[in-house]
Amino acid sequence: MSATIMPSADATGEARAQGQGGSLEARNLVKDFRLRSGLKVSMLHAVKDISFTVEAGRTIALVGESGSGKSTIARMLAKLEAPSSGGVFIDGAPSGSRGRALERYRSEVQMVFQDPFASLNPFHSISHHLERPIRLHHPGLGRAEVASRVEELLERVQLEPATRYLERRPHELSGGQRQRVAIARALAPGARFIIADEPVSMLDVSIRLGVLNLLAELQREAQLGVLYITHDLATARHFSDEILVMYRGDIVERGPADEVILNPQHEYTMRLLEAAADPERHGALRDEVRRAE
Amino acid sequence: MSETELTERELHDVQVAEVITPLTVASAAVEGAGQRMPRQSSRRGIRALMPRWSGKLAIGLGLLTAIVAFGVAGPWFTQDPRDSDNPSLQPPSPEHLLGTTKLGYDVLAQLAQGTQGSLMVGVIAGLIALGLSIVFGILAGYLGGWGDETLSLVTNIMLVIPGLPLVMVIATYFPARSWLLVAFVLGITSWAGSAVVLRAQTRSLRSRDYVSAARVAGERAPRVILVEVLPNLLPLLAAQFLFAIIFAILGEAGLSYLGLGATDSITWGTILNDAQTGQALGTGAWWWFVPPGLLIALLGCGLALINFSIDEIINPKLRIAPENARRQRKAAKAGRGIAGPGLPTATTTTAEGISA
Repeated sequence: MSATIMPSADATGEARAQGQGGSLEARNLVKDFRLRSGLKVSMLHAVKDISFTVEAGRTIALVGESGSGKSTIARMLAKLEAPSSGGVFIDGAPSGSRGRALERYRSEVQMVFQDPFASLNPFHSISHHLERPIRLHHPGLGRAEVASRVEELLERVQLEPATRYLERRPHELSGGQRQRVAIARALAPGARFIIADEPVSMLDVSIRLGVLNLLAELQREAQLGVLYITHDLATARHFSDEILVMYRGDIVERGPADEVILNPQHEYTMRLLEAAADPERHGALRDEVRRAE
Repeated sequence: MSETELTERELHDVQVAEVITPLTVASAAVEGAGQRMPRQSSRRGIRALMPRWSGKLAIGLGLLTAIVAFGVAGPWFTQDPRDSDNPSLQPPSPEHLLGTTKLGYDVLAQLAQGTQGSLMVGVIAGLIALGLSIVFGILAGYLGGWGDETLSLVTNIMLVIPGLPLVMVIATYFPARSWLLVAFVLGITSWAGSAVVLRAQTRSLRSRDYVSAARVAGERAPRVILVEVLPNLLPLLAAQFLFAIIFAILGEAGLSYLGLGATDSITWGTILNDAQTGQALGTGAWWWFVPPGLLIALLGCGLALINFSIDEIINPKLRIAPENARRQRKAAKAGRGIAGPGLPTATTTTAEGISA
């Protein structure tokens, strides 16, 4: 079981008090992978009994190093992987994993992938990427209504004028523009929850802030619940209400964002914080390397 | 924090958290620079999938068109290929442009009819092979798990069965063989190699994020395969289709030459078989066996050249490397090369090294 140091009861209670309905809850999620090497079979415990709740209008950051199980959690919440045990609950009710129930779930929970260069199909135009989810989740709409919604979505993610982007292909856009398209696609079904799996880690440092600000703004507009997965503590602190620190499949520390960053309890969190670059310690690493020589 | 726009100081923090270099601590306005519209591309839509115009493609298409046109229009202008009233074994003359056979058939008429027959067998067999390789390759690659194991097992069995002997065995079972039967047999014995390639490629495409994204958006499996995966395999499929046609036409010619081909129609293979049994080589009747052999070689050459052009879409390196080598050679010749005019041999070696 995860070493819960700071229960998040007060943070979630606040959201309920505001009267914002809806929650996406991961309850005792476990994911084991069977690794087969010849006849030998071994188990990899990617995610070990994780529970947390994403409330509407709030952001939870999931922080951890590569291989700590962050992305596996994202894929389980997006129903791309089935958990070994445990379940995903939406508004307190268990979520479906096939048929109509899955369709309903998908119109509530959407995902933004890490790599905008890989998450858009190079064969299709931008309008195709946005049209499909609209058509799938709103089958009653006519052609003109779908087209106007596509343009509206592009404008919401600040790709203006929309007509300039509709017929383009992904390779004609920059990384930041592509990630905006990916965000628009996640918004298309009218989801209440967005899982953002390292949405800016593949982007240039200079354009990360723009994309993150856009996400925050959209969240504010539509009271979205966001699960922000990252390995970057600085952005996690800036953009989230609550931080969960993951290490080897376990949540080792959780609590309000500022609390976790300013007053880390777990050893691993402290190590993560130390590893993050800090302007105060400018040149410290250089001195360390020189001393080693 | 998400409630407020970041101040300049916080912006600095976020960026510094990544890497501390003077270059990265630029303003957020840099994204504006990234928004610069990419050059208006003239190759969009389906045109982006078409091979670029090149000498190879032009020659290949020219050969293919000429042969297809001959096969389609030829029979209209020649006499009945089964009319044996002509004098036998005549060399080419204005009356019979390609001479006559031992039985008095007009070779040109036979050739026109044979072109049609061979092309039909090739296209039908190619389509059958294409369909089967799509089902076994793409489905196996996309499904994974038990579906993959089962489909791969069938593919692997078909892969290790030697094709031509199997075709011979099947052909000998049917005393009267229509060209359709021959095409069918050639088709179902030649798809396995393509299926293996398609399976590997599909497995790679399937794990791409855009396939996951389509699933998250709510697309169903058949549509994911047909709309998200298949279009990205089109150049590969086109190349495999052309290859399957070449293979089937050669296979048909081989079968017919052995006397196991279609019994109801004329193809390049049956003409060659007749020439063989009629001792064309011994009597020096070159006009009987050279034209069909030449057409087989030219069609194979044409389709292969088109295939090379398609390969360049799949692997742009094939296009860029020779181009660069050529440019380098030209520069060296004009004395603008890095190595200078004094070292022409050194430059050529580098150029070849790049293109290799």
